[in-house]
Amino acid sequence: MERVKFGLIGFLVLVLAGCATPGSMSSNSDSGSSMDGSVVDDAAATYEMGMDGSNNLEAMSDDSMSQDLETIIYFDFDRSELRAEYDTLISSHASNMNANTLLTVRLEGHADERGSREYNIGLGERRAQAVRRMLLLNGVAPAQITTVSFGEERPNSYGSDESSYTQNRRVELVIN
Amino acid sequence: MQLRKLLLLICLLFHNNLYAELTIRITQGVGKQTPVAIVPFGLGDDMSELGVDIADIISNDLKRSGRFSLTPIENMLQKPTTGAGIDFDDWSILGIEAVVVGRIIKMKEGSFNIQFQLFDIFKGEQIVGYRMPANEKTLRRSAHRIADMIYKELTGIRGVFDTKVAYVKTNVSLNETKYSLIVADSDGENEQIVVTSNDPIMSPAWSPDSRQIAYVSFEGDASSIFLQTLRTGNRRKISDRPGINGSPAFSPDGRKLVLTLGGVDGNLDIYILDVATRSLKRMTYNRSIDTEATWSPNGNEIYFTSDRGGAPQIYKIALNSDKAERVTFQGNYNARPRLSPDGKKLALVHLYRGDYRIAIYDIAKKDLLVLSSGMQDESPSFAPNSDTLIYATKMRGNGVLETVTADGLVRQRVASKLGDIREPVWSPFLKL
Repeated sequence: MERVKFGLIGFLVLVLAGCATPGSMSSNSDSGSSMDGSVVDDAAATYEMGMDGSNNLEAMSDDSMSQDLETIIYFDFDRSELRAEYDTLISSHASNMNANTLLTVRLEGHADERGSREYNIGLGERRAQAVRRMLLLNGVAPAQITTVSFGEERPNSYGSDESSYTQNRRVELVIN
Repeated sequence: MQLRKLLLLICLLFHNNLYAELTIRITQGVGKQTPVAIVPFGLGDDMSELGVDIADIISNDLKRSGRFSLTPIENMLQKPTTGAGIDFDDWSILGIEAVVVGRIIKMKEGSFNIQFQLFDIFKGEQIVGYRMPANEKTLRRSAHRIADMIYKELTGIRGVFDTKVAYVKTNVSLNETKYSLIVADSDGENEQIVVTSNDPIMSPAWSPDSRQIAYVSFEGDASSIFLQTLRTGNRRKISDRPGINGSPAFSPDGRKLVLTLGGVDGNLDIYILDVATRSLKRMTYNRSIDTEATWSPNGNEIYFTSDRGGAPQIYKIALNSDKAERVTFQGNYNARPRLSPDGKKLALVHLYRGDYRIAIYDIAKKDLLVLSSGMQDESPSFAPNSDTLIYATKMRGNGVLETVTADGLVRQRVASKLGDIREPVWSPFLKL
């Protein structure tokens, strides 16, 4: 079942990618983040499985689909602009939410630990708002989205080095 | 996230049986330290021991200030407990400039009278002497008050030993992080937990009467501002609007809070909340991040961080105005301003050659002095005498507290054995 889900998601991601900005799938190669690359890898690896499989599509709920999409979006130092490589991912989330308007998402913005704490709350919020605007542009209803910024208070990685900072500058999508 | 459901323990600030976890060491001292001796206090005939060493607490307070060198007990040639017993030659031969002697007399069970005298050894005369009543619960505080009086006489500056510090501590274990808001005596003793949560707690702020602390809590996966009364543990939510509720700071009269609200669209602006009526007045309308506001001591102005110019700098706005004015121009990053209680200086976080440092900005002279030496120093807070600041720095990945005098000459570390400490806030002067 797990493979089946991946297959379908992979298929969807590719289809959606086709609808999104051309070339957005290949823009991740210069990034230091590990997460953005994996979306594409999964999609490529499971595309054939999806095509080959004779699986029962009705068994897949919207819920399980949205959970299988990547839910963390990373940002560059001191930036809140979304990297182009996330266009596909966000429009995939948007499609799920448009297909099931009972779904809600909490966008949790985070910053790395450098600088003052409340200002970092502001930076985390800016990132969450960047994702929110993109979801709204993709047709998601405002009522489906809330934002919260944890600033530097809830790091993914506790180190004080660039690799930790890279993992901590993020927005997490919590879908309910 | 679903599993991180709120598990909130409220502990009353009332004789918690907690051991002090803070120890203090001086990391940088001044050239000239006044040599003083605090002679062990005498106990009345009917007393065997007190449990609290008054002279030791006074000695440690004065030593921590970095302005005094304390004579070790074993070097004392005599141990008088009253002024009449002092042989001034015995002290001047050691180069001691001032001596404190004292006695504790039991009045009735659990009730004492502490008397102390401070002597100028060169002049051979008493500088000050007092007698104060105390009970078992107030002995430690009485010692800090005596240290404050001695400090005032010898330096001309009001002491801050009889004050408290609030801070946030986290304990990270395998699968959870515990956030605690803690209040301790200024020497790090007597740590008491105000509130504990599995969700972040941040931005504590003292009320001017030291009875309440406002803070931000993320319980329920949204930020809200709480007001908690220390003595009773009673807490109430006073701001939980959509989006960010952050950065509370009390007005000097204690009736209002300045705070940051983000709203649904996440545009952080400064607002003033009337605590009693809950009415809200918007102070800034800028599309940038406006946050970290603090009141001027006269209550007429608010200083805050804004990146409206592209990078965070300090701005100020008068309460009766809608026009903010930029205050700092040094460097690319100045944030989290806190005014000295005398209103003359701003403590802030300043990016200095790639490191976040604590700096003091002199408002009249418009110059900036970097005080700390860490890479990620943050959250400066003035002591109520405007003479010393406390802030958080990092040591081997953990947050620890340091204090520094406003002239930058004496810096010392307040290290915790457990946990990661940050966001220290010095209390106002406590009521007697």
